[in-house]
Amino acid sequence: MNQTDLYTVATIAGMACVTVLTRCFFLLSSKPWTLPSWAQRGLHYAPIAALSAVIVPEMVMTQGQLIATWQDARIFAVLAGLAWYYWRRDLLGTIIVGMAMYLPLHVGLGW
Amino acid sequence: MASVAPGLAAWGLMTGVAMAKSGMSGFEAVLMTLLVFAGSSQLAAIPLLAAGAPMWVILATSFCVNLRFIVFSAHLRAYLMHQPLWRRLVSGFFTADLSYVLFTKRYPHPSDEALTRRAQEAYLAGNAAMSWSAWVGPSLLGIVLAHSIPLSWGLGFAAILALLGILCSLATTRLRAVSAGVAGAAAVAAFALPLKLNILVAIAAAVAVCLMLEKMPQGRPEHAGNPD
Repeated sequence: MNQTDLYTVATIAGMACVTVLTRCFFLLSSKPWTLPSWAQRGLHYAPIAALSAVIVPEMVMTQGQLIATWQDARIFAVLAGLAWYYWRRDLLGTIIVGMAMYLPLHVGLGW
Repeated sequence: MASVAPGLAAWGLMTGVAMAKSGMSGFEAVLMTLLVFAGSSQLAAIPLLAAGAPMWVILATSFCVNLRFIVFSAHLRAYLMHQPLWRRLVSGFFTADLSYVLFTKRYPHPSDEALTRRAQEAYLAGNAAMSWSAWVGPSLLGIVLAHSIPLSWGLGFAAILALLGILCSLATTRLRAVSAGVAGAAAVAAFALPLKLNILVAIAAAVAVCLMLEKMPQGRPEHAGNPD
């Protein structure tokens, strides 16, 4: 393990403040205030959009490039996970089935 | 939450390994796990820290990756404003992606009744406690075991599968499915943007498209008595 460096510790403390600031952004002020109605409606679509935006690049991109081969363990794992989800509606099964497809292909075949 | 905890745990484990292998000291890695408590922000910051990037760049990156939480906090405001400030801060800090998604799925509308509010607070706190333990425990384990778990196994992919399952369970209306599709495509198309801004662009694009589709004659507004 490396030496602890004060600058890194300060950066970590700063990042902790960023976590608090962003997660509590609209919880800080207690003045009465409501969102405009278009924004309230927009919030129905934001959570799924955020999730999709985080995971889709992780599934279909490598080093910032769209993958060009079907020999990628992630594609099969995602398809297996989706199939299980829509068959059984079960989150834990989705993870287990997906990883059961992913690990042999990825670790075994190097896809 | 129990059903997605294994995915979160695998992700936490790999984040722990990534921190320890990036050259951070054990103390720094533990501190980051406990204080920052935001996987995507940590993963974005680790390579920057290792490369000796200036602090403001790291904090700006962390802020951008976390921008989605600002959207979440706007949504949670109606549920939490009856609490005193310090409790709102605690609730906000511990409500990460999974807790937020599961909470708003279980309780689509805030309530004025004391009993329902208690139930909502209990559900949120339970979720937060589960996700905290499922994240922090494996992260610490990953820091300790860093040299016996190769990153190349890709165990962190379990987290993506967990998030995928949640995504499917959120896709209860056609417009929400459209939102997921637009956001996914936009996040890939805008991937070259710095500071993970592609995520923010994707959210904005998806929400804008859905609000426009709602206005079309055949589009049914999401908020008009949807059963979920």
